[in-house]
Amino acid sequence: MALTDVFAGAVIPTKVKEVVAWGRKNSLWPMPYATACCGIEFMGTVSSYFDISRFGAELVRFSPRQADLLIVLGTINYKQAPILKKIYDQMCEPKWVISAGACASSGGFYNNYNVLQGIDEIIPVDVYVPGCPPRPEAILHAVMKVQEKIEKEAKGQAA
Amino acid sequence: MSVDETLNQLSVVIQKNQLHEILNFLKNDPRTSFEMLIDICGVDYLKMNESPRYEVVYHLYSISLNHRVRIRIKLDEKDLSLKTVTDLWPAANWFERETAEMFGIVFQGHPNPKNLLLYEGFPGHPLRKDYPVDKRHAIPVSLEKV
Repeated sequence: MALTDVFAGAVIPTKVKEVVAWGRKNSLWPMPYATACCGIEFMGTVSSYFDISRFGAELVRFSPRQADLLIVLGTINYKQAPILKKIYDQMCEPKWVISAGACASSGGFYNNYNVLQGIDEIIPVDVYVPGCPPRPEAILHAVMKVQEKIEKEAKGQAA
Repeated sequence: MSVDETLNQLSVVIQKNQLHEILNFLKNDPRTSFEMLIDICGVDYLKMNESPRYEVVYHLYSISLNHRVRIRIKLDEKDLSLKTVTDLWPAANWFERETAEMFGIVFQGHPNPKNLLLYEGFPGHPLRKDYPVDKRHAIPVSLEKV
């Protein structure tokens, strides 16, 4: 007789790591780094109609020390690159990064002397969101992808 | 010196050594009284095969008399310096800084000749027509340099 049958319904056997991951993925605290129109879409994502709190990520922090999900929304130019890097460095581990929109992911249509061709040149990115700007649904999908990644990491699977 | 009027817009080309004197007159004479400096910008005529290659354009507007004028100065590649007009219009400060970093034109006597939009130490002048579109520099890492 398996242990699960003995305690059927009363206990859920699991691992500490997975419980911690479950907590983390359902209480992501995002820090938006919004520089362009993608930031407006993020405001729509947070507010009631799309309601990011359905995924537990409604507690938007404007301080990197209190956040574990950095969402970069908008064009990042060379002058901002060290600022973004510093903000990423100030966030406590564990941390995840969403690159939302064409500009943050690849420079978008700004192929010139002053725009970073994707923020992955300076910080690691977990999820890229296409779109110019991406719809709120796309940003929610990215949050779900991050949650999936957190869960898989805890289980030791490839994200 | 030459005068051109196209589409009711007056445009005057002047010599570079007369710049400050003429602009001072245009601002202070009651018949012209251009109280407002709209813009200063540079032009690079490289691909139009014009000589001299550069030009700086001053856009002026008179609030009291409601008229406009464009003052243009041709600049040769060998001597890209001009006298600042920040003493006449404080608005010239940022315009001159931008024109300086984008075209490499030196405004003598400018109170704060630092880069306005580019980071400190940016090599080259990106709005010159011979600046490659896909040229990239090292990403600045230190906040002190920004």
